[in-house]
Amino acid sequence: MINRIDKTFKMLRSRGEPALIPYIMAGDPNLEKTGELVIEMAGQGADVIELGVPFSDPIADGPTIQKASERALKGMASLSKILTLVADLRRQVQIPIVLMTYYNPVLRYGVSRFVEEAVTSGVDGLIIPDLPPEEGQDLISYSKRLNLDIILLLAPTSTNERMKKISHASSGFIYYVSMTGITGARLDDIEDVRRKIDEIRGYTKKPISVGFGISDPVQAANIARFADGVIVGSAIVRKIEETGDDPILTKNVGEFVQSLKRGMTT
Amino acid sequence: MPALAELESNYLEAKRDRGFQRELEYYLREYVGRPTPLYLAERLTKRLGGARIYLKREDLCHTGAHKINNSMGQVLLTRRMGKKRIIAETGAGQHGVATATSAAMFGLECEIYMGTEDMERQALNVFRMRMLGAKVIPVDTGSRTLKDAINEAMRDWTTNVRTTHYILGSVLGAHPYPMMIRDFQSIIGMEAKRQIMRLEKRMPDCLVACVGGGSNAMGLFYPFVNEKNVRMIGVEAGGLGIESGKHAARFAAGSIGVLHGTMTYLLQDEDGQISPTHSVSAGLDYPAVGPEHSYYRDLGRMEYAYATDDEAISAFDLLCREEGIMPALESAHAIAHLVKLAPTFGKDKIIIVNLSGRGDKDVNQVARIKGVAL
Repeated sequence: MINRIDKTFKMLRSRGEPALIPYIMAGDPNLEKTGELVIEMAGQGADVIELGVPFSDPIADGPTIQKASERALKGMASLSKILTLVADLRRQVQIPIVLMTYYNPVLRYGVSRFVEEAVTSGVDGLIIPDLPPEEGQDLISYSKRLNLDIILLLAPTSTNERMKKISHASSGFIYYVSMTGITGARLDDIEDVRRKIDEIRGYTKKPISVGFGISDPVQAANIARFADGVIVGSAIVRKIEETGDDPILTKNVGEFVQSLKRGMTT
Repeated sequence: MPALAELESNYLEAKRDRGFQRELEYYLREYVGRPTPLYLAERLTKRLGGARIYLKREDLCHTGAHKINNSMGQVLLTRRMGKKRIIAETGAGQHGVATATSAAMFGLECEIYMGTEDMERQALNVFRMRMLGAKVIPVDTGSRTLKDAINEAMRDWTTNVRTTHYILGSVLGAHPYPMMIRDFQSIIGMEAKRQIMRLEKRMPDCLVACVGGGSNAMGLFYPFVNEKNVRMIGVEAGGLGIESGKHAARFAAGSIGVLHGTMTYLLQDEDGQISPTHSVSAGLDYPAVGPEHSYYRDLGRMEYAYATDDEAISAFDLLCREEGIMPALESAHAIAHLVKLAPTFGKDKIIIVNLSGRGDKDVNQVARIKGVAL
């Protein structure tokens, strides 16, 4: 059975087009707005949506996403409400949706209950940055059985052995973290990223998406020359922070997403 | 993951290396001042009217707490790994001071992350770290305490992993940290065992230590794990009482979860968000406990109790008056539990309490609590 993520990458590959994967924090500024933003981004050129699940201690994230997480928690966003949101969205959009969550909320929810409800809600993949595959065997094998992708991360410090292992275990795509660091930092050396992507391609034919530190259309375009997908998070979250719960927010984010996509396809 | 794997293999190699062990022993003896005394607290014993009480005087270590046992070990390891920069988190400031001290002695660059709430409570230690040449980086996110300082240190380490070693201060975090830090702190229990055998010709009946992350407790307990008749009691921070919700008693009120790369008991809400904690003592004010404590607790080998802020302050007063020893507020929690425990033991019984640190750093705060202007 081919799922939405595989289908999207396959379709894009046949067109020679890289995927644009915008990230927003679910519940920032509120869940209703998150729903609107997903629909808008899907209409403005996003190919996959990454939805952040807020967590009190997001150690892989820089200040921008930390603050978004705090705002979302203040608004009482939770894993179960986010699953409900995705289920509602599925009546309107078929864009692949990936949840980016830390492990503890999943563990608390119950691993198998979470995987089952994620699938029935219409979630297509999971990114859990603080769960190395060695520690997440139960979750990974159960998810794969239910056709829910587990997207694993590689970093500049990943060894050959690690690249081989993660390439093999990751499904949907491989998330390459462009630099050693946290989300929202500055990405300086794109050549380094290209070299590492070439190395990873020696181990796998799966799509490779690059995230961390990509903040404008020029950078997105440069990465898009050699990667299968470009993930932009903090730059969008910053726009949400600046605009807040204002009627103009959806339009602002939509235009930014459109400018990213345009840069990547021309 | 690669950084943890690298650390593990370097540590295991160092552990087997006699040269490394000799070097560590040398600095612990000549610089830290080990072995620390095991002191029979006669007046306290008489006052409580039960078991004979021995205090393991970690407060007499250079920099005033057990923390330097670990910092020294990890600084030597840092040198061995060829890294030039050290980062650490600190709650009460004792681990920060110990790390800044060890780094100064070896000329390593040192940056310490500390929550702004803790910087206020432990202003003296902030100044000490700066005097020692360390940069103290305020952490103003979340609860602005130890947990958030660890978050920031981990973010730094992820960013600068090629040049930097992260000296975690307690038996927390991902493997190999809990194991390695336990090993470095086990010197406490190994000494205590030798000392009590010399003094009493037998094993103690009970060990008591406060538990934040749990490194001083694990350091004392671990060498006694196979002594079946030795009870071990860790004392958590009861804060304003369990009912109040303002405490850091993970075993009394927590559940299993994952934080900072380890699965253990922690304080969390129904959505798995980490709960805010409270304790009069910054060093115990942390929502998770070292995973090995959880392991031994579930095995029934180690027991856990808690002491409230008020009980800790009373114990602080008691030890000052009865023994002329001013304990750290962290260690005062162990004394507070001892006050309840010792009278239930016969006079022929022996209890060893780990006096993990001295209270000089807490003088300002205790004065504030008592409403005394200095």
